[in-house]
Amino acid sequence: MLSSPFITKPSSVSAIMLRVLLALLPAVALYVWYYGPAILVSMTLASLTALGTEAIMLKLRDRPLKPFLSDNTALLTAWLLALSIPPLAPWWLIVVGTAFAISVAKHLYGGMGNNPFNPAMVGYAVLIVSFPVQMTHWLSPLGLGAGLGFGEQLQYIFAGTLPPGITFDAVTMATPLDTLKTQLHLDHAVTQIMQMPIYGYLAGKGSEMVALGFLVGGIYLLFARIITWHIPLAFIGGLLLTAEVFHLVDPAHYVSPLFHVVSGASMIGAFFILTDPVTSPTTPRGKLIFAASAGFITYIIRVFGGYPDGIAFATLLMNIGVPIIDAYTQPKVFGRKKGQP
Amino acid sequence: MSKLYHFHGGVHPPANKTQSTQTPIAQAAMPPRLVIPLHQHAGGTATRPAVKVGDRVLKGQVIGLPEGRISSAVHASTSGTVTAIDLQPVAHPSGLPALCVTLIPDGKDEWIEHHGTDYRELPHADLRHLLRMAGIVGLGGAVFPSDLKLHSGQQRIKTLVLNGAECEPYITCDDMLMRERAAEIVRGAEIMCALLQAEVVLVGIEDNKPQAIATMQQAVATGQHENIRVVAVPTIYPGGGAKQLIRVLTGIEVPYGVRASEMGVQCFNVGTAYSVCRAIAHGEPLLSRIVTITGNVQRPQNFEVLLGTPIAELAAQAGTKPDTTGYIMGGPMMGVPVPSAQAGVIKATNCLIASSPALFPPAPPALPCIRCTRCAEVCPADLQPQELYWFAKARELGKAQEYHLFDCIECGACSYVCPSHIPLVQYYRFAKSEIWAHEQEKNAADLARERHEFRQERLERDKRERAEKLAQKERAAAAAKAAAAAAPPAPAGDSAPPAAPAQPAADPAQALIQAAIERAKAQAALSKPKNTENLTPQQRAEIAEIEARRAKIREIARPDNGQNEGP
Repeated sequence: MLSSPFITKPSSVSAIMLRVLLALLPAVALYVWYYGPAILVSMTLASLTALGTEAIMLKLRDRPLKPFLSDNTALLTAWLLALSIPPLAPWWLIVVGTAFAISVAKHLYGGMGNNPFNPAMVGYAVLIVSFPVQMTHWLSPLGLGAGLGFGEQLQYIFAGTLPPGITFDAVTMATPLDTLKTQLHLDHAVTQIMQMPIYGYLAGKGSEMVALGFLVGGIYLLFARIITWHIPLAFIGGLLLTAEVFHLVDPAHYVSPLFHVVSGASMIGAFFILTDPVTSPTTPRGKLIFAASAGFITYIIRVFGGYPDGIAFATLLMNIGVPIIDAYTQPKVFGRKKGQP
Repeated sequence: MSKLYHFHGGVHPPANKTQSTQTPIAQAAMPPRLVIPLHQHAGGTATRPAVKVGDRVLKGQVIGLPEGRISSAVHASTSGTVTAIDLQPVAHPSGLPALCVTLIPDGKDEWIEHHGTDYRELPHADLRHLLRMAGIVGLGGAVFPSDLKLHSGQQRIKTLVLNGAECEPYITCDDMLMRERAAEIVRGAEIMCALLQAEVVLVGIEDNKPQAIATMQQAVATGQHENIRVVAVPTIYPGGGAKQLIRVLTGIEVPYGVRASEMGVQCFNVGTAYSVCRAIAHGEPLLSRIVTITGNVQRPQNFEVLLGTPIAELAAQAGTKPDTTGYIMGGPMMGVPVPSAQAGVIKATNCLIASSPALFPPAPPALPCIRCTRCAEVCPADLQPQELYWFAKARELGKAQEYHLFDCIECGACSYVCPSHIPLVQYYRFAKSEIWAHEQEKNAADLARERHEFRQERLERDKRERAEKLAQKERAAAAAKAAAAAAPPAPAGDSAPPAAPAQPAADPAQALIQAAIERAKAQAALSKPKNTENLTPQQRAEIAEIEARRAKIREIARPDNGQNEGP
């Protein structure tokens, strides 16, 4: 008992992170429903790698293991990365990505609370730059292409072999965003492309439902007051607005804004990735600027850039700007607001 | 119903108030010994002892005379004999002993002659003098002499705010006082309102005290005070902070370094209003106050306690549980640990919480800040506590000031919600005290340099003057020689003239010294550093208090202390 306050609210970093993990479950469930259980395998691999890497790094940095291994932040990084990359991929892909995210992006920058870049997105960026082939082959949703049983998915992940007679191309496909881009290059009109079997109600069949799962989890985070509305709203707003401008100018070449909002990593980005407190601004105005800009950059990368999705690079680019955004968006303090002498 | 305003942030810690409101205010038993500190007001210095060891004093007799402008008299709480005037442990966070009068009560409780007056018949200056001599200070905890605040002054005071919010958990002394003695509080408010020439009195009470609100409203209605309004304000901590309550009731935000009175508002605790009434209308100086005894005791309740009653003595009447490890004076959010249970109850003692490891378990070890901004969401001063923490930890004190460190009221809301359990307030106290210490050093260095320069100048001048004197002497001698050569020898008395010119020279030198001292003083006064100017006397008192805590805080804030730091 040293000095006041003598009471604290019963809350902890690990409890907050646990709730974020729980908020991911609706999306994970839908993922399994539409794509089979391969995602569970990559999430498990990612979790084990994250905890192992975390422990090794803590040991190397001479930090206590228990408080940091139990804070759930490494697990969250692992899950976010696993949910961002193709689930049907060789086991080492997720292992390399996760190990890099935890060791370099997190610990070499000082560990929890000190990393300027979102570790999961650093992991993603490293993978997409180093292993573009593996990173662009996504499992087809069940019902499209040749379906694989759990055993067959496992066999591919760990042994790299598929059942006889089934080729890798038969079970995977490009993402809806990627397909759209390729088809537009082939001078097909948007309305025509949307007739393809891989598209569902708003965007990719299956993936749009997973996006809905992220939305549900995100709304839970809002109600649980773990995140504020600023980042999700500004990101979706920025993305919608940019897409709307292009869509209005030329609807044949620029897909509807809603497509962008439910495609790719938009939803997980809006509610789970950009909202990472360590790597996002702290001021309300700063959050709005940060996320709206990320929405804009995401659209630009998706439509005009070389990669099918832009969330990871938009996040990393905006992470760079966080200190300056914070510095220039400090709110007025008590008694120093407008209208006060 | 008047419009209420909102302040940013705030928290809802468990109130823990009902435990101590089950029974009426009890009269605490007369202790065998009273230890009355002679410095019980904020700012200024201790009062001058007005008694000697061995004196018999009467109840209400002045034992400490006010000295200087910011001061307030101290009285014998009962009749008895003064057995010691020496340094004793006092209820102050510094843990340093202070000058106290030890009084052994004779059990007769014999009053000194006293009588009430009608405030309308006395000039305001006399009323203020009465309050000063009655030892009336702010009873919300700040203990600033009330007479100094009861000036209408240059700024017109439009609103008198009476603070009955009592937002801190556990504390119920104001609640019980309002429930039981509302009429006298209202009467005190009337006197204060007259002294301030205020237009309206707003009594702010948090809406978790419906009984207090009802009795206060009743008292206002009975007294037919049309300009007094009892307003229920939302229950939120720190809604009872003076600045926050003023904001809620009037919409005015009083910034750091500005007195509320400069913005047309003055704020007093309801307990102070009660004491003003007792002092003016009954002639009774401040000898006792209502104290909540709660926490790790069997019968949490409120007592009317004679000032100087040893804390352990008082707590025993509420049934201290055996695992009690100490006492907190004030609430769990802003209170201070009492250094010794033998210290006497003082004017600032609104609540004593017996603490035990079970009641206030130590916080888990701190983890790094994850910038979640829960602290910023609850900060009633609209600060960015996570930034201040960062700057304090890195000792970037200039940056911390730029981010308005001194606007922090140390309410503890940020520490309360921090999921990483970082003792944020301790970092801010540390940073503030470092800045004050630094500025004091700078002032001292400036003064030393001035003195040094002045000394150099004086030495130079002395040298010059000596040389001149010598030259004069030589000239005189030469002249005398010449004269002697020319005329018969002069009388011996004529050797004085060479000394004579030196005499007047000494006076200008003295004047120069004086002037330089004045200059140095003016310089020192002017060179007050940024962000510590315009300190109100309360803040000055806080500086002294925080200064004393520095050593302990430094211990915590030392970067190598936690495992949360980079190598």
